[in-house]
Order: sequence, then C-alpha cells, then structure tokens
Amino acid sequence: MTHVLAATIPDAITFVMAAAICVVGALGVVLARNPVHSALMLVMTLFGVAVLFVEEDAQFLAAVQVIVYAGAIVVLFLFVIMLLGVDQKEVFQRDPLPAQRPVAIALGILGLVEVLVLARGRWPSGARSVSGAIGSPASNVSLIGRSIFTTYLLAFEVTSALLAVAVVGAVVLARRPRHSVGGNEDSTGPVAEPDDDLGGPDDTEPEGVEETIVGSGTPRGESGDIKTSGSLADVEVTGP
Amino acid sequence: MKLLAVLTIVTPHVNYVAILPELILIGGALLLLVSGQLVFAKIPTAFYSIGSGAIAAAALVASLVIWHDVQARGPFTTIADSVAVDGFAIVFLVLVSCILILASAIANDFLVREGIDGPEYHVLALLAGSGAMLMAAANDLILIFVALEIMSIPLYILAGMDSRRRESGEAAIKYFVLGAFSSAIFVYGIALVYGATGSTNLPQIASYLNTNIITSNGVLLAGLGLLLVGFGFKVSAVPFHMWTPDVYQGAPTPATGFMTALAKAGGFAALLRVFFSTFGVLRTDWQPLLWAIAIVTLLLGAILGLVQRDVKRMLAYSSINHAGFILVGLAAATSQGISGSVYYVFVYAILVLGSFAVITLVGGKGDENHDLDAYRGLGRRQPVLAFAFALLLLGQTGIPLTTGFLAKLYVITAAVRAHSYALAVIAMLSAAIAAAFYLRLVFLMYGVKLPVGSGGDEGALSLPVTGEPDDGLDPTGSVPTGVNIGRVVVPVPTAVAIFVTVAVTVVFGIWPGPLVDFVHAAHFLF
Repeated sequence: MTHVLAATIPDAITFVMAAAICVVGALGVVLARNPVHSALMLVMTLFGVAVLFVEEDAQFLAAVQVIVYAGAIVVLFLFVIMLLGVDQKEVFQRDPLPAQRPVAIALGILGLVEVLVLARGRWPSGARSVSGAIGSPASNVSLIGRSIFTTYLLAFEVTSALLAVAVVGAVVLARRPRHSVGGNEDSTGPVAEPDDDLGGPDDTEPEGVEETIVGSGTPRGESGDIKTSGSLADVEVTGP
Repeated sequence: MKLLAVLTIVTPHVNYVAILPELILIGGALLLLVSGQLVFAKIPTAFYSIGSGAIAAAALVASLVIWHDVQARGPFTTIADSVAVDGFAIVFLVLVSCILILASAIANDFLVREGIDGPEYHVLALLAGSGAMLMAAANDLILIFVALEIMSIPLYILAGMDSRRRESGEAAIKYFVLGAFSSAIFVYGIALVYGATGSTNLPQIASYLNTNIITSNGVLLAGLGLLLVGFGFKVSAVPFHMWTPDVYQGAPTPATGFMTALAKAGGFAALLRVFFSTFGVLRTDWQPLLWAIAIVTLLLGAILGLVQRDVKRMLAYSSINHAGFILVGLAAATSQGISGSVYYVFVYAILVLGSFAVITLVGGKGDENHDLDAYRGLGRRQPVLAFAFALLLLGQTGIPLTTGFLAKLYVITAAVRAHSYALAVIAMLSAAIAAAFYLRLVFLMYGVKLPVGSGGDEGALSLPVTGEPDDGLDPTGSVPTGVNIGRVVVPVPTAVAIFVTVAVTVVFGIWPGPLVDFVHAAHFLF
C-alpha cells in the first residue's frame, strides 16, 4: 500500500490499468466457451504482465515475456486446440460433486480474508532484492546474466535435465504400443488421430461420440478416449 | 572500462564432488539413452536394467564418499551457497540411490513381462532420482523448485508408461494436471517469500528472519502457506491427497512403488529443511497448521484404507496415513522429531518398494490382478512370497521387531516430548485403525478365519469391504470367479529386491543401532 501511494500518479495509473488488463484476461481464459478465445485472452493477460514488468524497469523481461509466452507458447496452444478440433462443444452435464463449486468459492474467499486480516493492510515487510537494485547503472540483460551465472548457476544448469526429461517423455507418450488391446500395429499414425480400435469396454458408445479431456495441455496419441472415472474432468465431447 | 567491469562475471567455485551423485545419475541416464542407438542389434531389457542399477550404485558410492568428507571436515555449501552438503542431505542421497537400485531390479521383470522395450523407463527413473537428490541438497528455493520439477515430471510420465491400460493414461493426466497446478502454487509461494525476505537462499532467509522482528508479515505467511500446499501435494498430505488413490491404482505397479518412495523422500527432504531449518523462527506460526494437517492425514488415510478392495488403492491410503506420521515428527518441531521423520521416510521407502514389488508379481501379465481375492490363500500356494509380503505389511503396521515399529515409536515419542499429547494419541489410534487393513490382507493370505463378525462363511472376513461377493470360498486357494489365480512367477531380480527390503526391515528392526546412528547424524547445516 505504502509503495502504491508513494509512487507517482502516472505509475499508479499504469499499474491499475495493467492489473485490470491481467485480471480481465485471466477471467476471460476461464469463462470463454470457445478454447480459441481462451487462448487469445491468455495473450491479453501476458501482455498485461509485460506492462507491469516494464513499469518495474525490467524491459528485458517484458520483451522475453511477449516473445516467448505470447509469441511461442500461446501459438503452440492454438496448434493443439486446432488439432483436437476447434468446433467441439464441451458439455458439463455430469458434475460428480455439484457442491464443490460453492464450497470452493467460499473457502477461497475465507483464505483471502484470512490473509488480508493477517496483513492488516500493510504488505511490504521484507528486505531489498539481492539480484539487482532498480536504477543501477548496469543494464537489465547484464543483471539477469549475472544472476544466472552466479547466484542461480546450478538451478540454471540443471534445467537441462528438465529438457532431457521433456524429450524422452514426449517420445514415450507419443509412441504407439506394440501390442495394443485391439491389435493395432500401426505406428505411423498422426498424433491426434482419434483412436478407433484401442477400445476396451467403453466402445459401446455411439459412433462419433468419444470422451476426452480437453484443455489439459497434453496432446497425446493414446489419450484420445481416456475414460475418466474420477472427479477431475468428467467432460463429454461431441465429435464433429 | 566501467562497462567492462560490469560485464566481468566471476562465476562461483563449483565443488563437483559435492554434486557428484546427481551428475552420475544425469550423465548415466543420458548414456543409457544413447547406448541403444550405438549398436544395430536389439538390446535386451536386462542390459538397461543392469546399467541403471550400476549407475545408481555408483551414485551410492559417491554419496558415501561425500559422507566421509562431511564426517571429516564438517558440512559445507558450494556453488554460490545453492547446495548444502550436510548430514541431512547425504542421508537422502543414500536413500535415493538405494531406491533406484531396488527399483531397477523390480522394474526389469515388469518390463520383460509386459514386453516394454527400450531404456526409457530407466532413463526417466534415473532423472527423477537426480531431482529427488537435488531437492534434498538444495539450499535455495529456486533450486528446490527446479529439482521438484525434475523429480515430478518423470513420475507423471512413468505413471502413463503402460499405454495399453486406459487407467494408466488417466493416472498420468490426473497426476500431471494436479501436479502442474500445485507447482504453480509452489512458485507463487516462493515469489511471496522472496518479496517478504529479499532472498531465495535458505540461510539468508533464516538469518534475515533471525535478525529482524517482522511486524506485518502477511506476505511471508501467505508465501509459507503456499509452499506448504506445494509440498503437501508431493507427499500427499490430506487436503491435497485427492490424486493419490487414482494415480496409484492407474500407474504401472513398479512405477507406483518407485513414485511413492521417491516422492516421499524428495518431498519430505525439502519440506523438513525449509520448514524446520529455514522458517524455524516462525514455528509458532506453522506448528498449528502442521498439527491440523497431520491429524486429518493420519485419520483419513487409515479410515478410507479400510474400505478398499483394490490392493493398490489400499496402499495409496496407507501411504497417506504414513505421510501423517512423518508430519507428526515435523509438527513436534524438535530435532528429535526431525530425526524421527527422517528415519520414518527411510524405513517407509524401503517397505513400500518391497510391498509394491510383491504386488507387481501378483498382478500378473497385464497388471490387472490387484483385487483382494488375488491374495486369498497365497500363503498355501507360495509360502515364501506370502511370508515376505506378510513381513512387509507387518512392518507397515508397526509390529515390534520391525523398522516400522521403531519409526512410529520415534515420531510419537517426539510428539510426546513436545507436549502435543493429542497428536500422539491420534497417531497411535490411526495406527490401530490402519493395522486392520494390513492384517486383513495377511489373514486373507493365510486363510485365517476371523472370530468376529457376521460373515459366517468360511474365509469371509468381517471387515467392511465394498462390494464383497457372497463367497462360499474356502481359504485353501480355490479359484474365486473372475479372479485369475495361478502360480505367481517370481523372477530372480525381484526376489532379490524383495529379500533385501525384508532383510532391512527385520534386521534393523531387531538390531536398530547402525541405521538409527546413520539417521541421527542427519544434522542440518545451520
């Protein structure tokens, strides 16, 4: 609070506007019916965050935010949405726990109120940042580079293990099983091809209707007709 | 000149020996991955399994070398203070190496049986192991987060390895979506803690908190709570346990055992270090929270375990119950409690690996045979296997002369010494409740008739079982309808692994000295 008041008026206006853009975009991601709209609203949120970064004198971070997130990742999301089929309709008819939504909202508000009470309106409590004071002569890029190669050297280097995991995992999950239940030996099919003869007991459904999980962010060859029996995502999808 | 001065970066000194176990695991995993491509012939699965076991054994040796170093020269930090090399970290390095060795033996037979070729399973397991090691040694919140991801993402993939069973894919998606969500919460917690204390380095945070009296710490407490949510998900503490039964049931059985042991080891290592060592000053703030979480975790795990028919689901709830016990040690917030928790994690990881090894064997080809009926009369058909499983289950129950008993004893003693009597009583109560479902399985294997209950029929047990078939089954091993009971094939590597886990459980239960001393040396650096 004190920081907001101490800032100049233009700063405060920029902050409020960028924050509003972020929140509206985030709400749009959740509320939009069309997944493409959700992805585009996500771009809006990411741009809002980029503005906040600029306001904090972190221009490099803002540029990276726009290039990497808005430029690359959201485009990837759109690819996935298009491959899964954009004209599918989600039907939220089977909510296994109808009470969970109001309870979740109530608990969320309770938690927020608790934090607000604890904070008593005085938020900042801590020390100054260690990895580059605002307004120092060095540029953003060199400060970030310095952080990466000194303080966070190991954390930066071991992310390479994460990349190795991603490569191996993508290959493992996209590979078709050699001895599938339905005797499907085809190993060259496209990734998002709807499964036809992997069927277990669930293949009694009418033609063209299959169950899938939408929006989980993992395009998986074999996950086309996963039967979700639990409460995570009982989403029915009507095929085109 | 000024520009040059700004650009010159003095990189920190890197003590490669200190991170040698992690380096061995990562490098070994990559070597295993490419080794298959170097020759044209098809490499048998056993080669990869032996390679994986050898890499893990090398990591174990490296861990013991560091142990010797620390004993001689005392604990130290390296790489810009981001890695802590102390007794606490090394206990977990040793534990993770042991988990990897045992898991590669158990997984080998599963992979051969199910015809899953290639090195990927072992590569992912080794990389996950390196993540768990880094979590134990990490001295910086950013490194803890990266290590958490290195540990978790291979586990999501391992859960979905068995692409012929739908449940496996379901488990992977569930684990991934909820895990990604909890990771995001964890990062938010790191950001808030950084905002409140100005550092992500654990000792710096601790010294800041020690030297400053914080009058308005809303941001700090919110960050602490969010960190607890992230850790709670990894160790399946109760409000964040929803994924556990489904993922345990759906994942390939050897992967389930590995996931349980590794996620508990890595998750609790970082949880204990961050909460007890770094935020020790704030213990009056987080102790009530952990007290409540421990109680609901203990009770819910024990009670819901009673009504499961699927053995993997049953052990999922049992693992929740065990997580509660480990939290009891942390909730005591004494060094004795932390020792108890570390000992508990060590013992439980070994026990659960052995248990899931037996379940893998009984599951049979297709990994489907996990109903309680599959264990009916196992004691008559295969006395040795049944005896080993019975010992592992009794160890989890906490029967005296097993390590499980000592583990429960240590955490409960710590709770009593810290004057949280209610917690100690509830922990013992939950152990008694949980004993019911372990012993039910043991009785089922040996065909013991329970004297109580309304079942009436021979072999029908009185404990509540959902959808229990009306059975006129006799316990001598006749085939219940719909359950495929044949002679369980016991391959040599798995047999050795099960023998080792049983031996550790019983030998160190009767002669606790060495393991207890080892764990008691697990001091924090600061």
